[in-house]
Amino acid sequence: MKVRVLVSFKDSVLDPQGQTVKNALHTMGYAAVTEVRQGKVFELELEGATRKQAEALVPEIARRVLANPIIEKFDWEILKGR
Amino acid sequence: MKFGVVQFPGSNCDFDTFHALRDVMKRPTVMLWHKDHDLQGVDCVVLPGGFSYGDYLRSGAIARFSPLMQEVKAFARRGGRLLGICNGFQILLELGLLPGAMLRNKNLKFLCQHVHIRVENARTDFTRAARKGQVLRVPIAHFDGNYYAPPRVLRDLEANGQVVFRYCDADGNVTPEANVNGSLDNIAGIRNAAGNVLGLMPHPERASEALLGSEDGRTIFESLILSLEKRTPAGRPAAGKKARHDR
Repeated sequence: MKVRVLVSFKDSVLDPQGQTVKNALHTMGYAAVTEVRQGKVFELELEGATRKQAEALVPEIARRVLANPIIEKFDWEILKGR
Repeated sequence: MKFGVVQFPGSNCDFDTFHALRDVMKRPTVMLWHKDHDLQGVDCVVLPGGFSYGDYLRSGAIARFSPLMQEVKAFARRGGRLLGICNGFQILLELGLLPGAMLRNKNLKFLCQHVHIRVENARTDFTRAARKGQVLRVPIAHFDGNYYAPPRVLRDLEANGQVVFRYCDADGNVTPEANVNGSLDNIAGIRNAAGNVLGLMPHPERASEALLGSEDGRTIFESLILSLEKRTPAGRPAAGKKARHDR
């Protein structure tokens, strides 16, 4: 099974990199963009995991390692597999 | 007393710190390899600056899984003195031994410059050789030094006197301009509630000799030595009980 984990800053945390990207977009004339939040993408290959196992495993890995829960939140989805 | 400096792959202030402790402060100092399990009987563990594990994932995020860090964690839980400098501070945050987290500097620049920090609490094992309000001139060199903690945690830090250093100007004024990396409340260094763990972004080892342009960083090492050798700062009366001589 292949899963994708998206890690980004919590809404309450300032994201200077996202703001800089937004400013660049405004400079280029994309005035419609009102907010940019930057994050990280992880793709994990899980051997022999069922959906149920993944539902326990992936959030645990995200909380313990991939994200720092003090400043970051995460989302995840199954890309391939049951 | 004996110091130990932990070396991770990517540490780059390990030898500077070792030199400051052994040759400048004249105390026995050993290097501790991150893959070992032995703290070699040291009285104080120092996590030096650098880019452990290339800052992959997040600064300090991987170093916390090093075998030796399990020993360091147990050492700190027993009350052992633990000092984290720059990347060492980031590791302490990732380990959960200190509260909060580091964000990228507000201006998105790697900052390498001398700054002034004010001693907010001189009643710690890391600052007892200093005066409250004393201004130290010490260099910083970091990309992720923008200290963040949720409001409740910040309140606790302030209430318990855990904010030990704040960025300030040369006269000791805590101003937004002096807050070069954007840290909440100008925070440059904090200690844990028990008082035996301290992390700071500035590099005291790079300000420990006149040759380096400042000797202010020595205050922190002197404080640790005073604490661990149970002595009082020179010219100051002993607080409370007189220290007993070793028998």
